[in-house]
Amino acid sequence: MALLLDLMTAVFLLLGSLIGLTGGIGVHRLPDFFTRLHACGLTDSACAFLVLTGLMLQSGWSLVSLKLIFILIFLLVTSPTASHALAKTALGCGERPLSQRGTED
Amino acid sequence: MELLIDIVLLTFLAITALAISHVRKLFCAIMLASIFSLLCACLFVTMDAVDVAFTEAAVGTGIAGILMLGALRLTETREKRPPHQPWLALLVVCTTGAVLIYGTADLPAYGDPAAPIHQHVAPRYISQSQQEVGPPNFVTSVLASYRGFDTLGETLVIFTAGVSVVALLGFRSLRQFLRNRRRPSVMADHLVLRIVAKMFIPLILLFALYVQFHGDYGPGGGFQAGVIFASALILYTLTYGLAKALQVLPPRILYLLAAGGVLLYGGTGWLCVLRGGHFLDYRALASDPLVGQHLGILLIEAGVGMTVFAVMVLMFFAFSSRKEPQS
Repeated sequence: MALLLDLMTAVFLLLGSLIGLTGGIGVHRLPDFFTRLHACGLTDSACAFLVLTGLMLQSGWSLVSLKLIFILIFLLVTSPTASHALAKTALGCGERPLSQRGTED
Repeated sequence: MELLIDIVLLTFLAITALAISHVRKLFCAIMLASIFSLLCACLFVTMDAVDVAFTEAAVGTGIAGILMLGALRLTETREKRPPHQPWLALLVVCTTGAVLIYGTADLPAYGDPAAPIHQHVAPRYISQSQQEVGPPNFVTSVLASYRGFDTLGETLVIFTAGVSVVALLGFRSLRQFLRNRRRPSVMADHLVLRIVAKMFIPLILLFALYVQFHGDYGPGGGFQAGVIFASALILYTLTYGLAKALQVLPPRILYLLAAGGVLLYGGTGWLCVLRGGHFLDYRALASDPLVGQHLGILLIEAGVGMTVFAVMVLMFFAFSSRKEPQS
């Protein structure tokens, strides 16, 4: 049982780190603001979710887990909101997605 | 393992510091400065200094960045190129750094129990604070009771900073702003943002109260709680606009809170004197010394929280009322 938990933790943490890394590379490599925002949002939500779940498996039924759940809920609500606000502000400031850029000019 | 974490964090810290000095865009510099203090907070956690890490995360990463962004709106967003090559400055910095690194050779090793700093008063703080002061978190005992005078100084520094900012750019612009307060907010059409802010502001305030009153038992205290309170109000200002926020919390109440916090702190000290003790010797506050200590710590933490909250919000208001963005 303990081995299984450790194994699951490892899987979750590794997957989370992988997604975090992907997001980091994406922020650097993707061509425009909105695609970069997508990479950013990936790190914020999926990576944080996986890493926190992995940590929760380690801490078991305790106060630490409860606090981790609080952080998880907080992140799950705030990071999409932040992405949304960023995208909307960017649109308001005249930034256009790559696919629409050619048609408007 | 811990060594590896330290090395990684310190490397990131050095890279961030170099990047801050390299970038010319001030916006990037502010973001990097926030990352810098987040890394510092992580380092403090690895050193088991949770209270300091908490303060660094709340103040350095959170509110300092927001205040600097607010200041950035009033200035240019690019750093000007210096007219001369600063070789002399580089030489001075390198020499000083080399001397400092040379000086660390004489310092005792990290965590060395025989180091002078662990021989002086620290053993008493660690072994006696439970009996003498009471709170399980002896960082609070040191901060609020043993070193209460230093903390009074820190609170006064924050108060002075707030007074200076308001004196430099606050007063008239705030009044002007209040006179023509019917201006649309930029974020008024962000429905999602408003709903999420409405959801989270009460929770943030609740967390601030927890931090304020749980400081005796865990990491936390007046400084952190004040900053968290202020961040809730800043979130409100960002989503609902400054005019609404000024209606919720007019500057004159903030002035009262800022001065009242320091007054509460100093007043607690003088109350101790009037009841026959020394200045800030809370044992005189009640017949039982431990109860007195508890009461004293509670009062001065409340004073610190009030002042920090009011000053942070005042600074933010002063910066953001200066120039409303055109929308």
